[in-house]
Formats: sequence, C-alpha cells, structure tokens
Amino acid sequence: MTSADYEPASLPDLLPLYYRRLFPFSQYYRWLNYGGVQKNYFQHREFSFTLKDDIYVRYQSFNTQNELEKEMQKMNPYKIDIGAVYSHRPNQHNTVKSGSFQALEKELVFDIDMTDYDDVRSCCSAADICPKCWTLMTIAIRILDRALREDFGFRHLLWVYSGRRGVHCWVCDEAARKLSVAARSAIAEYLSLVKGGDETVRKVVLSDPIHPSIRDALKVVERYFPQYALHDQAVLGLKESVDKVLALVPEDILYGGTDSREPLLKDLHTYFESEKNPEKRWGLLRGCATTKQGTLKKGQHFEKEIMLQYCYPRLDVNVSKGVNHLLKSPFSVHPKTGRISVPIDLRQLDKFDPFDVPTISLICAELDRPRVGEEEEQVPKEKDSDIDAAERRRIRDYKRTSLAKYVKVLDQFLDGVALSNRGELLKKSDLQKDF
Amino acid sequence: MQFPVRQRRLIANPKTELYVHFLQFYGQPPLENISLSEFETFAVDRLKLLKTVENSGVSQVKGSEPYQKKLDKEFSNLNFPNKPDIKEEDKDGPNEYEKRRKDHISHFILRLAYCQTEDLRRWFIQQEVDLFRHRFNRLTSVQKSSFLKHNNLHYETVGLVEKTALTDKLVQSSYAGSGSKVDTQDYYKVPFQDALDLVRNRKAYLKAGYVYIPQQDIVITVLNDFRTQLSKALALTARSLPTVLSDERLQPLLSHLSHAYVGQDYSIQKNMGKISLEQIDPLSGKSFPLCMRGLHQALRENHHLRHGGRMQYGLFLKGIGLTLEQALQFWRSEFTKGKVDMDKFDKQYAYSIRHNFGKEGKRTDYTPYSCLKVILSNAPSQGDHHGCPFRHSDAELLKQKLQSYKVSPSGIAQILDLVKGMHYQLACQKYFELTHNIEDSGFSLNHPNQYFLESQRVLGGGGKEAKAEPPQRAPDVAAKPPLDPPALAEMAEDLDAYFQDG
Repeated sequence: MTSADYEPASLPDLLPLYYRRLFPFSQYYRWLNYGGVQKNYFQHREFSFTLKDDIYVRYQSFNTQNELEKEMQKMNPYKIDIGAVYSHRPNQHNTVKSGSFQALEKELVFDIDMTDYDDVRSCCSAADICPKCWTLMTIAIRILDRALREDFGFRHLLWVYSGRRGVHCWVCDEAARKLSVAARSAIAEYLSLVKGGDETVRKVVLSDPIHPSIRDALKVVERYFPQYALHDQAVLGLKESVDKVLALVPEDILYGGTDSREPLLKDLHTYFESEKNPEKRWGLLRGCATTKQGTLKKGQHFEKEIMLQYCYPRLDVNVSKGVNHLLKSPFSVHPKTGRISVPIDLRQLDKFDPFDVPTISLICAELDRPRVGEEEEQVPKEKDSDIDAAERRRIRDYKRTSLAKYVKVLDQFLDGVALSNRGELLKKSDLQKDF
Repeated sequence: MQFPVRQRRLIANPKTELYVHFLQFYGQPPLENISLSEFETFAVDRLKLLKTVENSGVSQVKGSEPYQKKLDKEFSNLNFPNKPDIKEEDKDGPNEYEKRRKDHISHFILRLAYCQTEDLRRWFIQQEVDLFRHRFNRLTSVQKSSFLKHNNLHYETVGLVEKTALTDKLVQSSYAGSGSKVDTQDYYKVPFQDALDLVRNRKAYLKAGYVYIPQQDIVITVLNDFRTQLSKALALTARSLPTVLSDERLQPLLSHLSHAYVGQDYSIQKNMGKISLEQIDPLSGKSFPLCMRGLHQALRENHHLRHGGRMQYGLFLKGIGLTLEQALQFWRSEFTKGKVDMDKFDKQYAYSIRHNFGKEGKRTDYTPYSCLKVILSNAPSQGDHHGCPFRHSDAELLKQKLQSYKVSPSGIAQILDLVKGMHYQLACQKYFELTHNIEDSGFSLNHPNQYFLESQRVLGGGGKEAKAEPPQRAPDVAAKPPLDPPALAEMAEDLDAYFQDG
C-alpha cells in the first residue's frame, strides 16, 4: 500500500472510519483542556469545520470530549481548524450582548509555507515540495525553535507538518496563550528578517552590530548551506541562478569600487567560466566579503545576507498576530494530499520525510491488516467500566497503524505540559494552604 | 506593558500609600470630592505648568541645566511636587501630600479638556511625556528602581556575574553597548512583554523571556509605555466626555481650557475689518507667505481656485481680518471675471464662503490652517495650487518661482537645502528673512497667519490701517524667545517623525 493510493474522492468513505477508529480524541482533549487548570477552557474554545462541498462552519464548541467525538463523527469534517478560547461558549455567541463576546486566549502560532520561498528555490514552485527544498523547513524549525526557547523562554512547542507544503508551530505555554496582539506581533517581527516582495531584490539588510539571535541563526544556516544551496539548489550552478546571487553582491565589489566598472565583475564571471565548482565559487565570494568587512563600508555583510535570504525562515506575521486567528488542527486531514497533519519529533528532525507521512487511505487500509503479534502492548486493565469498549478498541486501533508513532510524539509533548501544570497546581495549592 | 488593575484598594494609611512617590503614572483616577474652585485652580495651574514645559522645551535643550532650573521654578511657584528627596518627616507632611494630590487631580482634569481632538491629545501627551521624563530623570538609580517596583514594573537589575558572562551578547545587541559601557552601567532585565518596542526591532538582547536593557535606555521604555497608556486613556476619556460635558458647571471651564492655551489659532480677530480689499494685492507680495502669495496669484490669473485652494486661502484671508462681506465681494469679483456668472457664484460658491465664517450648516467657525496642516494633509494634485510650495513643489519650479520673486541666488540655495532636509517651515522662515531683509526672523513659524502678522510687525504696519495686533489669547502667550539651533533642529525632527511614520 503506497500513499499514492490516496484519492480525494474517497474521503467521504475514509473520514468516518478515521474519526471513529483512529483520531486520537483523548490526547486531543487532554491537550486542549490543559489539565483543567482554567475553568471552561475547553468549553470556550472555538473549532471550525470545513464539511463536504466546502461548507464552512465556525464557532463550534463542545462541553466534553464525548460531545466533541460525537459531533465530529456526525459531521465528518474535511478540515478542522482551531481558534481561540473565548469569553463565552462559541456556539452561543449569538446570545451574547454584542461587544462582550471576546477572544481571550490562544496558543502563539507560526505558519511556514513553502510558497513564500518560491523566489529562492529552483526545484519546485507553488504547492509542490520535494526532498531538495524540504531542507528549508528543517532550517526554519531549528532557527525558530531555538529562538522561541532560548530567547523568549517558551518551553512547550508543538511542531506540526501541515500536510502539504509547510509546517506549523503551536507555542502552548500559559504565558504564550495569554499574549496580547501587540506582543504576538512584536515576537513575529523579532523573528522576521526577510522583507520585501517581488520588486525587492535585496530582502535582507544587516547592519552592525549583528544581533545575537541572527548570529545564532547564521550558525544553523551555515551548517546546511553547502549541501542545500550549493548542491541541491545549485544556486551557483546555472547562469540564471548565479545572476540572482550576484544581484545581491554590492556594486563596488562587483565593479571594483572606482571608476573602473568592469574588471572585478569580469573577473568573477571569467572565474566562473573556468571554475564550475560551486563550492570554490562560493569560497571566492566569501573571500570578497571578508575583505570588505575590514573596510567598514556599507553592505559589508553581503555574504551573510545572501545565505539568510536563501535560507532564513519566512513566516506570515498575520497568522501569528491575531488572537482569534484560526489555524489547521493537528491530526486534521489535508484534503488534497490525504496526509495527516502530524506532529514532528524534533529529536529526529533531520530524518523527517514529508513523503513518509501517512495518508488517511494508508492508515485506514492498515486497519484491515490481519492482527500481527496481537496486542504488543497490553491496554492496562483499569476499571473497565471507565474506559468504554469503543475507546479501548480505538487505542488498540491507531497503534496498529503508521499513525502510532506520531500520536506518541503528541503524548510526550503532553507529558511535558502536564509536568509544568502540576508544578503550577502545587504552587497554587501551597499558596492557598491546601494540603 | 501591563499596568495591572489593583484588585484591592485596602491601604493601611490612605494618605501615605496613595502618593508614595512624587512621580506617578496616573493609572487610577482620583476618587474624592473637590470643590469647583479647587477644580478650576488645579486645572489652570497645571496648564501653566505644561505651557512652561512646552516653552522650555522649545527654547532650551531638554534636560539641560537652564531647562531644569526653569521647570523647577515653575514647579515651586505653582505648588507641584518637584523634589524626589524629601526628608522622611516632611514627605508625609500635608505640604508634600497636597502637592502630589494636586498633581494627580489636575492631570485627570486636563485629560477631560484635552481628549477631544487629535491636535489637543497630541499636544497634551507631548507635554505630559516631557514632564514625566524631566521628573523621572531627577530620580537616583535607587529611587528609579523603587519607583518602578512600586508600580509593578519588574525591572530587575542584572547581577555582576551574569552581566560579565553576557558581555559579548550585550555588546552585540545595541548600539549603546560597547565593551566599556557594559561594565560601567547597570543593565535591567525586563519581561519581554514590557518592552515590546525593543523586541520588535531587535534592539536589545533577549534571553529566557527577558530583555536586557542598559540603564540609559530604560527611560525610553518607560516613556513609551507612559505615552501609550496615556493615549489609550485619552481615547477612552473622549468616549465618556459627553456625560461630563452635560454638567453645566464643568462645560464652560473645560472648553475654555482647551481653547485658550494650545497656541494661537488666529480665528478671533481683533483687527477684523482693518484690511481693505485694495490692500490685498500689495500685501500679497509683501506680507503673505509663499503659499498664500501663490494662491493669490493663481486666483488673479485664472479667476478661479479649486476647493482646496479656496479653503486654504479663504480661511487665511479671514485670519488676516477680512469680514464675511468683504470675502464675498472679493471672491465674487474675481470669479465673475472668469467663467462664473453672478448667479452661479451665488448658488455654488457663496454658500461655502458663508460656511467658512460659521454662518451656515453646523456653524463652526473654521480656523485658518496651520503650517502642519497645510504640509501634511490634502496634498495637491493636477490643477491645484494649495499646499506648501516648499513641500509640494518640484525643486526646479520652486527655484523658478523664487527667482521670479527676486530672491537672491544664495538665498535660493539656502532655501533649497532646507527643503532637501525636509525642514519646510524653516525654509519658509528663510524666505521671510530674505524678503524682509533681516538676519533673524525672531519667531518660529508654524502658521501662515503668524507669518503675516510678523511681517506686518517688521514692516511697521504698512498701509493706511493701524498695525494688526496679535489677537489676545492667553495672558502668557508672549513673543517667544528666539530659538537656538538645537531647538530648531528638534522641532524639525518632530516634523521628520511625521514623515517617517509614513
């Protein structure tokens, strides 16, 4: 069974199966309930569903995990988005006095989309991705993850593959969920470096001194640059690509800085004619940069700017800014590719392959596999009446499919969050002298 | 920045707790009853104080000795708190407490008076921010920390060990930090939510959710937040204003406050009717600023002006003293020389002229446009003659125009230089100096009607009418002292700031 077996037309048949037997509802609820620390946190959360025939419904909310399950199994949404936690139950927002219904909290989110890199990737464009350009996502995750953790002090980050051409980050710390619009926008700006649209040639401008977070980002980029840019993307290979790179080199380096306009450029061009090796070409370019840095003239960091322009994460500030912004939910299905939006295990980041992510058709097919090595893991025999039969069965079910390891990533993430919560609850109860 | 709403107001000794510091953020409005006369006195005194702040800021470099001395004197005269170090016994004495209470209450009263329009708000915020900066800088390091802590601003000083370990990063993060400066000054750690501007622009080192700010930059953060908070508060105040204004006792006082002291608007004329229509042509060459001279010329040549031009020039004429009847006659005679016949004029244009004088519609007596308004709003397009020629004219055209007005080549060069630096009002001032043949205009230009009055003053009043007197506004609006370069530059900077904001 290959993922290529997925047909969008089969969704109506696969979705009911997915939601009845595979969707990890208990982990999902565990996540969004956040340990029950805040009252009604789950009940006031907005979900939106895209149903068959592109029918879009907003302001869905649920009182319990059970209700969530029943509704989803009834509606079989093609897409699920998660919104904010509001001041009232979203599904009752029409009964609330206008102006009182407010979005209060939400995770801080980031959306990295491969199409934003179209001007710097030569292998694909638009919605396509391939192993060659996927490195951009790896780089983006490494840089942003470090910055969010080390610079901002966030600890609970859930990185998720979007299902087609990008990744999302959900920052779930309590402090993150309570951030204002201004704060979210400031964080997004802090993390943004590549600015400008089609009409801007030079999209990264560095000035002295270079901020520590950019230095850290450069360290990551330099690790991947030779393989990714010089080799996979061949930025110094084809003439067209070379020209694009040279457009980012300051004029006085290209033209020698005095009235003699041609010599250096001719040299670079001539050099490139005889020297095809991209590494050597890049070496020369860096050499020029190092010389220039000694002179304190403007544009002295151009080789860094080139690397950053080709590799630094490009995020959509608008997605991160809004408290009420809806973002695709983890474990949602991507209708076009059939792939499940799965969490990414950062410990295995370099090995992550988007083409290996299971599709809904794959995992549904895996359900029908004959049970091999029945019950590798015993479902703990707790009070049986508490976990009903369907749930127990479902726990066994997803474990038999390729989805298992991704649910595990979510589990481990949630364990981390719970640990923090326990700390919080303890602190709170200590303060209240509740022993 | 979060100014947390204090849930509990249980204070041991209300008097001492409420005004612990001589400086405050004005987070909580006063909750007591006061007499009307106290209301009025407090408000007027604070206004005088803010006026002094404004004048001092224009004539001296902010923060310099003379600046501080001047403000301190005014503080004492008007009974506002100005000394952070009061001996412990005195601090809680009625005197200091009274001063701080006055400070608190007067601020909130003025909020009511200055929340209504953009201009008022901008002025009020500017002065309050300068005032706050002056007082904050009076505090010692220790007092600053104590003040910030008292206001729940978690500015923690970075310990020596940590600072040394982070020296490289601190140096790399801001322009201010060079190796030696990191050693010699304190750094503060602030939760990043409280220093968003520094975060957004990557202007400081960020670690584990804290921004590391050098001492000298802390006041910027604090001021930014003060400004933002005040701005929001004024917007809120404006919404509840109608309720306040419905109190008949307060309404007259509040309008008087907001109109009287923000600077001249040249709308009420003492010299109304002292200009005759025949004088306008010669006056336009001698005493009109370049913009109005150009508009007048265009009107004479084309026997027409479009709406923007009619507004800008028409209100200016009202400001120099034209009566409604004169205005109607002036415009009608000019327009009917062109394509407009009497009837059409009466139908289409007369109404709006009367409107300008407050005789129609909502009866607002429109005020002549200030320089800022002319420069910043309603840019002219094809066929328009309004706007500020220094701002809106192409450099070549401007040069030609100045040449035709017989301005010397070196003078023109100076003017063009100023224009290049976006100092439009200074360019106009230079034009004033060149056309009046004086070294120093002696005033700081911000209004076309001011140009006219100053010109008349220099020329000794010319014409058969008596010298046009500056309209009497507030008692303390005297001729401003000549500006020195730093102050000029700072004013120009303010204008630049408008442009940079896009």
